[in-house]
Amino acid sequence: MSRGKAGFWWYLLPGALAFTAIIAVPFGANLYLSLTKWSGVGDPRWIGLDNYSRLLQDDVFWTSFRNTAAMVIAMVVVPTLIGLVLSATLFDVIGRRFGPKTASFLRATFYLPQVLPVVVAGILWGWLLRPDGAVNAIAKAIGLGEHDWLGDPKTALPMVMLVMIWVQIGYPVVIFMAALQRVDPDLYEAAEIDGAGWFRRFQAITLPQIRPETFVVTLTCTIAALKVFGPIWALTRGGPNNATTVPSYFAYNAFFNKLQVGYGAAVATALTLVIVAVSIGFLKVQGRVEE
Amino acid sequence: MSRKDPDRFRQGKARWVVLALVGLTAALVLVPFVIMLMNAFKSPADYSSNGPLAWPESFQLDGLKTYWQQVHFEGKLLNSIVISGSVAVLGVVLSLLNAYALGIGRVRGRMWIVALFLMANMIPQEALVYPLYSMAKSFGLYNSQLSVIIIFTVIQSAFGTYLLASVLGTFPKALLEAAALDGASRWTTLWRVVVPTVRPTLSVLLIFFFIWTWNEFFIPLVMLIDNSTQTVPLALASLQGDRLMDATTTNAGALISLLPTVVFFLIFQRTLTRGVTVGAVK
Repeated sequence: MSRGKAGFWWYLLPGALAFTAIIAVPFGANLYLSLTKWSGVGDPRWIGLDNYSRLLQDDVFWTSFRNTAAMVIAMVVVPTLIGLVLSATLFDVIGRRFGPKTASFLRATFYLPQVLPVVVAGILWGWLLRPDGAVNAIAKAIGLGEHDWLGDPKTALPMVMLVMIWVQIGYPVVIFMAALQRVDPDLYEAAEIDGAGWFRRFQAITLPQIRPETFVVTLTCTIAALKVFGPIWALTRGGPNNATTVPSYFAYNAFFNKLQVGYGAAVATALTLVIVAVSIGFLKVQGRVEE
Repeated sequence: MSRKDPDRFRQGKARWVVLALVGLTAALVLVPFVIMLMNAFKSPADYSSNGPLAWPESFQLDGLKTYWQQVHFEGKLLNSIVISGSVAVLGVVLSLLNAYALGIGRVRGRMWIVALFLMANMIPQEALVYPLYSMAKSFGLYNSQLSVIIIFTVIQSAFGTYLLASVLGTFPKALLEAAALDGASRWTTLWRVVVPTVRPTLSVLLIFFFIWTWNEFFIPLVMLIDNSTQTVPLALASLQGDRLMDATTTNAGALISLLPTVVFFLIFQRTLTRGVTVGAVK
């Protein structure tokens, strides 16, 4: 039988067709639409780069990317830092002093918010934070005033960030703890006998060990933060007054509420560019660090 | 040991402090779930007189029943199962075929092809959604589960191809040569030699695709507008969107909607935590 490589192309055929139809063609069409003015009916009218120049002058567009930075803090920076401390503590202190059962029970608890559909999490929190919801009931019980947490432009974004931290925290914990399984426990014992305190062990053993996972976690979470949609939809619909809008919600709103398809397509294209640029930047940095 | 004992944790009280701190953090994570449970089993009257923080006066299933009947939850469950199940199976098959050509066939230009799949994985759904929406409308697939199944089969298999191609890239040569000596065709080799060997990875992918698709929101929100086609997360979202729900129904709805994923997580906990690791060191 012939073992030439040519025959393997047949196996790529279904995938190639499917990708062309579902990803390449729509992506190209979206790119084309971003250069037109179109309400979704009739024919798109070619307007060149007008949508993009309009974007650059649109305050809501800049607000949406500023809010993305807030999402990166809430979904990447804070969970990764807390995840590092929690996983190191669970592995090095709790796991060794109280047994692996306690450690994995706590790990599962932190992971629980990751399991549910993020929209369900958003709706649950939306109710908790409602003016007549549970958070205000707690605030009243401990003598604080009530507050419309998601209705006030000043507190809406911090509250969304809080919800996202709650959603995200379990992901780094689980990945980092899995990474730590590779460490020889004797290493920690030996370091301890040499008088290394918890922080010294964290610095010298834990951090270098989980560096590859830290890269993966920060990259995947950053992409997720750039794409975030469901929680915003469920919590605030981008409001009040665009205070919590993000690029994906901005694009959705332009497509399906304002019927500005060309403009929405331009927002989506800009978002794609940012995601690709950030990912390439990440991989470059990772490559340099690993050399 | 003559020196001062370096292990403050073993005998000291410090380890209890650490446990208390971590336990407290875990408890904080659980608070929203506890409040949800408390209010899901209350009667509306109990809620309006005692507020959200009181323990239920009696254990009521009214909220759960109301929500179930209001959204025809059994239909949503079926839709979610059909959509996620089809995507999981089709997505794994498509990933496997791609990865067979890329990882074992080592077709020319495979680095570029894998890079393309990786890019496809990064594109935000917003940059595809309007053309997909138009296409679905013109093919008569708008508001049908089939459109969502096709779209997510392809989107999930972008990641699956990427992962499986690298797994199959390290597939033991000896096994392939043995199959070739036995006169096995490529097709037979794929199903009789490759698939049984990488079955653990395939099952992780299968579960991942199922859960990821189950939890998807954006594209189903755009494509599925009808009560008869919507999925579990969408049902809760659209009812909330109508602002029709009182507090107890909201909590009961949230509880019912997250239950399937939690059950799923408990059943597949081992595979999943192993899978997260597979995904992480990819």
